[in-house]
Amino acid sequence: MSALRVYVEGIGVWSPQLADFAALGRVLAGATPNQPTGRPGATVLPANERRRAPQSVLLAVEVAQQAVAMSGREAATLQCVFASADGDQATTDYMCMTLAQTPTELSPTRFHNSVHNAPVGYWTIAVGCHAASTAVAAQRASFGAGLLEAASQVLGEQQPVLLVCSDTAGAGPLREVTGCQQAFGCALVLAPDRGAAAMARLELQLTPACPDTPLDEPLATWRANNASGPALALLALLTRSAGRCQVAAAAKLGLQIDMESVG
Amino acid sequence: MTPLAIAAYTATSAMGRGLRAHLDTLRSERTALRANDFSRVPLACWIGRVAGVEDAPLPPAHSAWECRNNRLAWLGLQQDDFLAHVLAARARYGAQRIALLLGTSTASIGATEEAYRTLDADGGFADAMLRPAIHAPHSLSAFVAAALELEGPCLTISTACSSSAKVFASAERMLRLGLVDAAVVGGVDTLCDSVLFGFNALELVAPAPCRPFDAARDGISIGEAAGFALLERIDAAPEAPRLLGCGEASDAHHMSTPHPAGLGAELALRAALTQAALQPEQVDYINLHGTATSKNDAVEAALVGRVFPAGTRASSSKGYTGHTLGAAGILEAAIALLAIEHELIPGNLGGSTPDPACGPQFAWHNEQRRVEVALSNSFGFGGNNACLAFARAGFTA
Repeated sequence: MSALRVYVEGIGVWSPQLADFAALGRVLAGATPNQPTGRPGATVLPANERRRAPQSVLLAVEVAQQAVAMSGREAATLQCVFASADGDQATTDYMCMTLAQTPTELSPTRFHNSVHNAPVGYWTIAVGCHAASTAVAAQRASFGAGLLEAASQVLGEQQPVLLVCSDTAGAGPLREVTGCQQAFGCALVLAPDRGAAAMARLELQLTPACPDTPLDEPLATWRANNASGPALALLALLTRSAGRCQVAAAAKLGLQIDMESVG
Repeated sequence: MTPLAIAAYTATSAMGRGLRAHLDTLRSERTALRANDFSRVPLACWIGRVAGVEDAPLPPAHSAWECRNNRLAWLGLQQDDFLAHVLAARARYGAQRIALLLGTSTASIGATEEAYRTLDADGGFADAMLRPAIHAPHSLSAFVAAALELEGPCLTISTACSSSAKVFASAERMLRLGLVDAAVVGGVDTLCDSVLFGFNALELVAPAPCRPFDAARDGISIGEAAGFALLERIDAAPEAPRLLGCGEASDAHHMSTPHPAGLGAELALRAALTQAALQPEQVDYINLHGTATSKNDAVEAALVGRVFPAGTRASSSKGYTGHTLGAAGILEAAIALLAIEHELIPGNLGGSTPDPACGPQFAWHNEQRRVEVALSNSFGFGGNNACLAFARAGFTA
């Protein structure tokens, strides 16, 4: 196959240490980043929904709205690929604990919020998006596999696509199993052509399984502590002018990404 | 799009194991639902349970993946020589040139529920349940990739009840872009407390067998199923039925209620027709989503009425199997393909007093009739809609 070429038009990032993509740039430059205060803002959600929304929805919506704002695109027009290894872990913990103890008292709202596509569902409702939307998972390869799916939509449909990859912190007994120590999410707006908003060109190539690109601290720890963390290899690259990184796309498949700034 | 060959396909549900069991049950016009005997304290409802999953452990080599959902996946892969078709494709193209794209909504959450029922004294998972790979949405796809030794793109799509329809669209793009030469698509969902008690909490579960499109319908019956299909380019299987098009769209309306005018459903349907280069009058049969909830069926009956002529036949098969949720897309794709292959329009079981909103397109009983083109609708929570278009080998629009 020839390489898949797509253009990055917007980038969103959120973790307890990083309020946005600019904060990541400051960390990598050795400066102190601006840290977010409290929960992800997710201001595109109506206020009443924002109060009630699960953490996974706030996190995904926050990074999505950052990336879309940077791209200058109309959110309603973008196809959506939302990736997450574990979904909303607090909701899963609540569901399993309640089912073990008092199953007939399960909350209907928390049940419909437990679907893996809850974040993309809330997003499409909030921005009025009728385009195709999907929710995907691939364990610690969720970012690479999600990027591959998003790029194949960009090129297959010749449409811009919003890619989100995010995971919440673990909760309850599940935390030991998923190993997610803290929340992390990121988003990219990807386009088929080099438009005015293009910041970087990505060329993606499938390879046999390969080790993750090494990262310096604190990024290495952040990557280890969240199943969406492998995205940090590409995000770190995007703060520079050009370079190459590798992420897992499946258990036995790697994705080599060549990046060049075009901004 | 350039049509693709469905080189092999299979289904396992309450109707039985493999395509022959499904065809026989459809011909009998008898439900495969049974009174709920799942859970420690079963709710009073009917379910579509696959018989014998409890007695079919995974082979010892795969025991780390042991759970009901992966057992059902393994059982499903054994039917209709599907495994042999995949192994032949792997030998032909190479393990890295085959994508594995599976839809599921439950994955193996049933195993996580069990782990929470059997926590050890210090509140953690018991040793036997401390298998992280099965406590994640990707459990099914990761297990099947390991079992089939596939090394190409591998992705779980989890968009509730449209999950295993959308896998066809992703696979078609990957084939078209030359990322792979074949794709194994499908989906598996299994009965578990999350969906039984969850839909019960939403007051969407019928006390008796579900009655899609009946005037007195009162909710879903939950089922479980596994299904798979092998997609290749047409020259690899010229006599096989074909995938002509896929449509996907979002309602942007509500998390658990369909758009009242069926906006996203119609966008997905029209996108599938456009990609397949089909006019509505060329569609012989539509396997409807038809869950037997008041709202879904009202919206979908209106959609059929405003898009299709009287000659198009339409029915829901959920009266046979229940709503198999994340597996509904692949199960009902298989039923649409059986309709083409065996010239059988399955009757809409359970609609003994048809909702007056249903037009002349509805097939209330089986009809023997040639089917060139069949569609399958799948709609999910979050307003996630998909529609697939299939045709007989050699069909040209």
